[in-house]
Formats: sequence, C-alpha cells, structure tokens
Amino acid sequence: MTDSILNSVILMALLGTVAALVLYVVSRRFHVYEDPLIATVEDLLPGANCAGCGSPGCRSFAEKLVGTEDISALFCPVGGNAVMHLVAEALGKEVAEKDPTVAVIRCQGSCEVRPKTSEYQGPRSCAISALIYSGETDCQYGCLGDGDCVVACKFDAMYMDETTGLPVVITDKCTSCGMCVTACPRNIIEMRPKHKRDLKIFVGCLNEEKGGIAKKACAVACIGCSKCLDVCPKDAINMENNLAYIDPALCTLCRKCVDVCPTHSIIETNFPPRKIKEVTPVATLNIEPANPQNDA
Amino acid sequence: MLRTFPKGGIHPPENKLTSSKPIQKLPVPKVVYVPISQHIGIPAEIVVEVKEKVATGQVIAKSGGYVSSNIHAPVAGTVTKLDKIVDTRGYKTQCIVIRTDLKDESNLEAADLPLKKEITMEPGEILQRISDFGIVGLGGATFPSHVKLNIKADKTLDCLIINGVECEPYLTADHRLMLEKAEEILVGIRILMHALDVRRAIIGIENNKRDAIDLFRKLTREAPGIQIAALKVKYPQGGEKQLVRALLKREVPKNGLPLDVGVVVHNVGTVFAIYQAVQHHRPLMDRVVTVTGKKLENPSNFWVKIGTPISDLLEAVGGVPEGTRKIVSGGPMMGKALKSTDVPVTKGTSGILVIPGDEASRGKPSSCIRCGECVEVCPMGLEPHLLMNLTEKGMYQAAAREDIMTCIECGSCSYVCPSHRPLLDYIRFGKTIAKQLESNKG
Amino acid sequence: MSDQPIIVSASPHVHSERTSKKLMYDVVIALVPAFLVSLYVFGFSALIVTAAAVVSCLFFEYLIQRYLLKTEVTIADGSALITGILLAFNLPAGLPVWMVVIGSLVAIGVAKLSFGGLGYNIFNPALVGRVFLLVSFPVQMTLWPTAVENNASLVDAMTGATTLGLIKEGVQFGETMTAISPNLPPVQDMLLGITSGSLGEMSALALILGGVFLIARKVISWHIPVTVLATIAVMTGIFWWADPEHYANPLIHVLSGGAILGAFYMATDLVTSPVTKKGMVVFALGIGAITVVIRLFGAYPEGISFAILIMNAFVPLINRYFKPRRFGSRIKAKIM
Repeated sequence: MTDSILNSVILMALLGTVAALVLYVVSRRFHVYEDPLIATVEDLLPGANCAGCGSPGCRSFAEKLVGTEDISALFCPVGGNAVMHLVAEALGKEVAEKDPTVAVIRCQGSCEVRPKTSEYQGPRSCAISALIYSGETDCQYGCLGDGDCVVACKFDAMYMDETTGLPVVITDKCTSCGMCVTACPRNIIEMRPKHKRDLKIFVGCLNEEKGGIAKKACAVACIGCSKCLDVCPKDAINMENNLAYIDPALCTLCRKCVDVCPTHSIIETNFPPRKIKEVTPVATLNIEPANPQNDA
Repeated sequence: MLRTFPKGGIHPPENKLTSSKPIQKLPVPKVVYVPISQHIGIPAEIVVEVKEKVATGQVIAKSGGYVSSNIHAPVAGTVTKLDKIVDTRGYKTQCIVIRTDLKDESNLEAADLPLKKEITMEPGEILQRISDFGIVGLGGATFPSHVKLNIKADKTLDCLIINGVECEPYLTADHRLMLEKAEEILVGIRILMHALDVRRAIIGIENNKRDAIDLFRKLTREAPGIQIAALKVKYPQGGEKQLVRALLKREVPKNGLPLDVGVVVHNVGTVFAIYQAVQHHRPLMDRVVTVTGKKLENPSNFWVKIGTPISDLLEAVGGVPEGTRKIVSGGPMMGKALKSTDVPVTKGTSGILVIPGDEASRGKPSSCIRCGECVEVCPMGLEPHLLMNLTEKGMYQAAAREDIMTCIECGSCSYVCPSHRPLLDYIRFGKTIAKQLESNKG
Repeated sequence: MSDQPIIVSASPHVHSERTSKKLMYDVVIALVPAFLVSLYVFGFSALIVTAAAVVSCLFFEYLIQRYLLKTEVTIADGSALITGILLAFNLPAGLPVWMVVIGSLVAIGVAKLSFGGLGYNIFNPALVGRVFLLVSFPVQMTLWPTAVENNASLVDAMTGATTLGLIKEGVQFGETMTAISPNLPPVQDMLLGITSGSLGEMSALALILGGVFLIARKVISWHIPVTVLATIAVMTGIFWWADPEHYANPLIHVLSGGAILGAFYMATDLVTSPVTKKGMVVFALGIGAITVVIRLFGAYPEGISFAILIMNAFVPLINRYFKPRRFGSRIKAKIM
C-alpha cells in the first residue's frame, strides 16, 4: 500500500521535473526579445482596435510608436490628445497636438427633399449599388442610404434615420476613427473639428452640378450661387465646381453664411436659437418637397 | 452533332422577336451626344471646339493612348456644347454635343455602299486604318480592335474566328447584319486574313440562325479557308473563351487571351465596320441596334448613328408601352438597366430591351440551399455561391484565390439560382476589390 | 411608362422558372406514391404518424422562428414539410404520437434551426430526429408492425422483425443463410412493399418511381442514388460471393431496409450533400461503404441513417477538395 503511494509520488515528481526542464529549455531556446515599452504603450492605448490610426490594431500601432523616431505624424484619434500625451511621456518623444474632430454627414438629401426617380433592386450595400449605378435619386453625389457607414462604425456611433433615409452621427460616441469615411463610396463623411459645445458649420451638399440641375435633383442642394462667399468675413469659403466648401481652419462660426444660403444647404449644429426676427434654424425649417413637374 | 463548349451554360428562352425584321434606317437625329469614352481603356481627348463646324466622319476626339480609340463625328453639323451627360450607369460623363445640319446630304448616307470585293491595301496600311478609324469590338465589350490585331512576335496565329453567335436572348442585330451584309462580311474576313496573314477563318453561328448559316455556306462554297460552323444554342457561347473552346477544342489559359492558343476572335459587326473602313474609307459612325421587348408595338432593328439618344429609338418603335418598369441597354443577360432614356447609343450598344412591369422585378432572395446549380452552369468552372459568401464576408483575398478574377460576368449563376440570390452582384463587387488589392500589391 | 419608378438592377434581367419552393414541392410530390403504399399497408396508423410529424415540424418551426429567434417565419417554403414527411417515413407505424413530436422537435429545433435554418444545417434534420429516437427509445423504434394486406387494425395485432433484422439475428445465432432464407419475404414483396419496416421504406418500386421523377425534374442528379446503391450492391456482392452461407445476396441488401429511401431522398438532400458531381460520387461511396460495414459487422441491422449522418459531417471537406475544374487551368499546369 505504502509502496504504491511512494511510487506514485516519485513518479509524479520525476514527471514534473522532466516537464519543467523541457519548458525551461524551450522557453530559453525560443525566447524572442521584445521591447517592454511596446506592452507599456499598448496598455495606454484605448484597445479598440478600430484601425483609425492607420495601423491594423492597437498592438501594431504601439510597435510603430516605439519603432519610429519622430512620432509627430502618428495620432490615435480615439484616445485623442490625452492618450498621446501619456504615450509621449512614456517614450520621451514629441507628439503633435490635434483638435478633436467628429464625423459629419455632408448630405441632407432626405426622401422628402430629394425625390427618388428609380428603384434599386439588389444587395443593400452602398459599395455595390454605387458600382451598378448612380443611385435612386437624380443626384450622383449624395448619400445612397444603404448604411455602409453604419456597418463600418465599431463604436455604435451611427444609425440610419428611418424617415430621412440618411445616416446620423451620435457625436458623443464618435471617436473620429474614420472608418465611416473610408466605407462611404461617395465620400460624404468628413472629419471636422469638434469645437466647444460641438458647434459646427458646414456645407451639407456635395453636388457639383450647375444650380438648376442640382436644385431639380434635390431641394437643399448647393447651387453654387456664391452668396456665402460674399458675406464671409474671413474668406473661409471657397467655391469649386459649383460647390461651396467651408474651411474649418478659417471659419469662426459667425453663422452669416447660414442666413444667406437660399437653399439651406449650410448646416449649423448645436447653436443656441437665434434672437427675434432671425430666420428659423435649418433643422426645423419646413422644406417643401421638390416637385419635378413644377421645376421642369 | 453540333459543336459547343462542354462545361456549364444555360438555355434561356430565346425571344428573338425581331429576327425577321430587316434593318431599317432611322431618321437622322436632330442632336447627337457623343461620349468620349465609348471603349474599354483611356477616354479619347476632345479636339473640337464649341461652335466648330464638323463634317461627317471627322475626328472629334483623338485616341488618348494605346488602349484607346478615335471618335468621329457621326453627323455633319455644329458642335453646340462640350457637356456632361448621363451614361448607362447614370453617372455623368463628358460628351460632345453636335446639332445636325439637316441639309447636309452626307448625313443621309448610311451603310448601303456598293459591294467592293477587291482588296488593294497592304497589311500594314489595313491595321493602321483600323486603328485610325475608331474600330472597337462591337459585340459589346468595345475593346479597341487594333490592340487585338497587334500580334506580338512571340505569338503565333493560325486561325481567325468570327463571332456570329449572338447568344443573348432577344438580340438580333448580328443576325440581321449577317443576312443583309453577308458578302461584305466575307470581304471583311478576307481583309483581316490578308492583314494578319492567316490561312484559316471560322464563322461560328448558333443553330437558331439556320438562314444565316445556309447563306454563308452557299457564299463560301468557292472561298478558300473560310469555314462555317453551326453551334448548339447555348449561352454564353458568344464569350471568346467559350467560342474558341467550342470551335477548336482549345482552352484559353486562365488569365490568358485567345491569342495564347493562336486565335483572334472578332464579332461580325466589327468585321463589317472594318470592311467599311478599309474599302469605303468610312469610319465607325453607326451600328445596328435591336430595339425589342414583348410589349412593344413594333420591335425592330435599326441602323443608328452613334450618339442618338435612346429615347429617339424608343419613339421609332411606337413609344414605351404602358406599365414598363425596366429599360435595358444590351441583352437581358449582360445588359445594363437604364435610369434615363437620355442616354445616347454608343459603339457598344447592341440592343435596347424594354421589360414590362411583371417581369422587371427581381425575386426575393432567400438562403442558399447549396443545390450546386450555380456551380453546374458556370462556364468558367467557378463556385459562384462560395465567391458570393466570401465577398459578403469581406474575404476578398480568399475570393481571389478561388479565381474570382476569371469570372466573365455572364450571369448564368444568378439566372438559375432557385433562391434568387444576387450572386453576380456580389461577385462583380468582389472582382473590383480583388483587382484593387492586386494593383496595390504590384 | 408606369406610375411606379423604373427599376434598376444589375444584370441578368431574366431568371429561370426554378425556385427553391418549387424544388421542395417536387420532393413532396415524389414522396406521394411511397406514402400511398404505406397507407395501404399500415392503414390509419401510417396516417397518424405522418400527420403528427408534419404538423409538429411545421408547428415547431413556426414557434421557434416567431418567438425564440424572432426572425421571419419560413414555414411556407416547404422544407419543414419535407422534414416532417421524411421523419415519419423513417419511423415504424404505430409509434406513440408523443415520441413523433419529440423527434420533430429534435429535427427542427436542434438539427435545423439551431444551425441557422434552411441552408445552414450540417446534418439532415429528419435523420437526426430519427437517430435521436432510435437511441432514446430502442424498443419502440424497432417494433415493426408486420404488413398484412389491407388490414387497418393490424397495429395492435402483430409485430415482426424487418428483413435485415431477421438476417442479423440469424447470423448472430450462427444460422446459415440457407436456414434464414425461408423466413425472408420474397423479392416481389420487397418491391411492392408487403414486408415490415419503417413507414416509408416499404415499397422499393414506389420509392424508385418518385426518385425517377425527381431526376427527371432535375431536382436531384442521378449521381448520389446510383452510387450509393451500386456501392452497397458491389460490397455486399463481394462478401456474398466469398461466403454465401453467412452473407445475404446483394439484391436483398439493396431492396431491404432504408437503402432506397436513403439513397434517393435522404442522401440527396441539397443542403447536406456536396455541390459538385465529383463530390457527390465521393460522398455516396462513403455512404454505401459505411452502410454495408454497419449492416454486416455492426450492432444495428440497418446503418444507412448513421452512414448519411457521418458523411454529412464530411461534406464541407468534400466541397473543399472536390472543386470543379477551373476553365483554362489544365493548360497552365502543362506550361509549369
């Protein structure tokens, strides 16, 4: 009886020693040196693996941060300045300061203002339908409404508005990783600075057609009338291909352009309501549905 | 036993409504819209200005590179605009707008030039003429013909194949052309044989065009080297690779060209255009278009000037009938559904198909039951259900390993799928992504 | 132009007449002759078992899709109907209704919907239900009512062993085929269905009739049924030729048990069989071989259900290795 106990104890001890030896030898033999800084930096990063920085994941971004001399061109949009400062401290390198940005949808072509002229049948994916044709409406620049951006968003910061058929960004959740920008075949989504209280002014249209054609396709299209150019005190607006663009670096959020735009294609967000006698803000404006018969 | 390709293929209802309708002349259009990109490859460069007067056949846009083609004024008139107009996909493309000078008699002249049999030009001159006169493949692919005819020194060519298959349902443009211009086509074939220095040419025609087969057989009784082959009716036999396999039992290698097995394939329409260019000094300015549909009053075949708006064609057959829900440029298997009828006829427009509402809608897709029917009909030996799944899940590299790039987009898989799955939609998308990945790598 | 907007979609713009639903209902039609034979032989009890299986399959599919998965209900596509009929065909007539219901629950709930529904299941649902019942209730599942011509009340009357059961038992007790043979039903009875066994496997003739209909309608191809039956015939034939005293002749093996039902209706299930013809042949060879091995050397007298389920598991692998030949690939190989 005692023999068998003793035997098993010895046997197990022997087995254990052999296994430990094997493990020791193997771990020494196949040891790969890795800079401990990489793990440190990786812990600092948000760990969302969203690829917003351009690297496939946080781990490879950490490797890149440790491996490159000058990291001022590298930036984690999700963690923002706070995380980048911590990274800079840990690595003893300089990082660039960047204003926080947020995704904006530069199209207001809801079902109401932008009439459908055809019916698409096929897979519900913007990328596929863009390959087949120019979309259900007459605007070949606007949102296709199949929600590739919503699928691409890993932070649940976007959803499709059922009534307008357009995507909506939940700015609080948006980490500005840029996945939606890449996913959109029409390049409608832009990363714009997130000012204090998330105040933004931008042109909600990408239609490069001449005024009449653009207006016929969509009631809130930019018709390239240049009125906004004239009122802008900072020359922040430029006009190219019948389309206005507000340079976020120059714009001071004075809202003058919003007031003069005849088609209400300039969007302002999160501003307090205007004082008396001002035009009602765009968001609540009742825009008459475009009627192709009348226009023609 | 009729020849055909062995693997895959389908036989959709033929519906050749217009096969006994002679090709009619369409009234000269008042305005033509000539896109500068009517061929595969680099768009042509505009060489005319607004308000410039152009003569019929004058070059209005010059070839933009090697794989490109010249574009000629289809009518005499005045350039009114250099504008953008919707193409078959609904996107705006650059085009030249010409207002026709209705008094100019050269506009009335159509393809009815007298037969001229004698070939006087040297091979080099012929090839140059084909290149200069804007000849592209008229079967639908619109690949510039001079590129196809440029035989590199390391390749040997022993057979010229003329594609008179017209396997697409509904379309009869090639069929009518073969019946009405048989002798001209034969001269065109002799021109090509002379230019390429080949002794053998085969015209492949599907057996549903018996009259064309008999006519050609009668005409070639004394012609040396030209053979007529009757083929079993099977789609997509008009595909180059399938046709070469069917006629010569030679298999074009994966990612290769027919030239790799010593063959060059040209469509009968292209051959006729080459005949006109070489014998009558007439550039490619018009083509045969079938305007068809089950509900049309008078479906017909027309000689159409390039740049004529499709709405003009539809008017000529009695207008778009009530209840139409789909208008297709091309045949039902590979054509493109149009959003607007303002789209002009281009060098590649072989037909206009008007589909009534009850046939226009796609079936509701349901899950794949793995019946394997798509695998069975794929003429390229691919597995469409697998390719669709891989594309849907974003596994483009895996799809590339499964040879997604060899898909010829014939649509047989989508046609047979009992679950109405949009197989080709996904495969086409997967192909574009796979192509991008490939070019990024290189 | 119509009032509705014009439709734009990618090519092709025409579609064949075939739909999944039509394929499914073709299978149902093909099963009708076999069902009529079982009605004739077993009378009312066959109707009860079949009705119970069909109704409970449809009911469970509806219940699970509507309330558990909260997806679209697809009971109209015919697949649950087929599962119900095939399950019933694999059960003995007179099986208590509650067992049939449990079998249906396993078939629909476990084998089909938990994998993702039609098109995603790996195993043939009806067979999973049948095998589940066989291992759970072995006694009731092998209580075969004996066929007596046109006797509606026979369920209570007599039970007997199946042809294969008789052979298995006899061989195990060391009897020779010469001794067993007189107890076996004659070949014409096996063809017509005057024998004992599961509900639907009675008449070889009725099943082949339906099978030929399916092949003619191009719902199934001939590759699987022919290969399965040929493999069974050839393998049992070799054993019979070597030792006819211990092994039954191939004709008995092919006509008895579930061989024909399995070969034409269960193994050919589109979802759980390979997509290429080459793959189908390999798949069917496997089924035939495993069936023969179980029949001759296993504990169960019949093994085609197990054989099909085992080969179902290999289908993804078969699909991976037996691909269609890519156009133009032979020439590339020659150059290399």
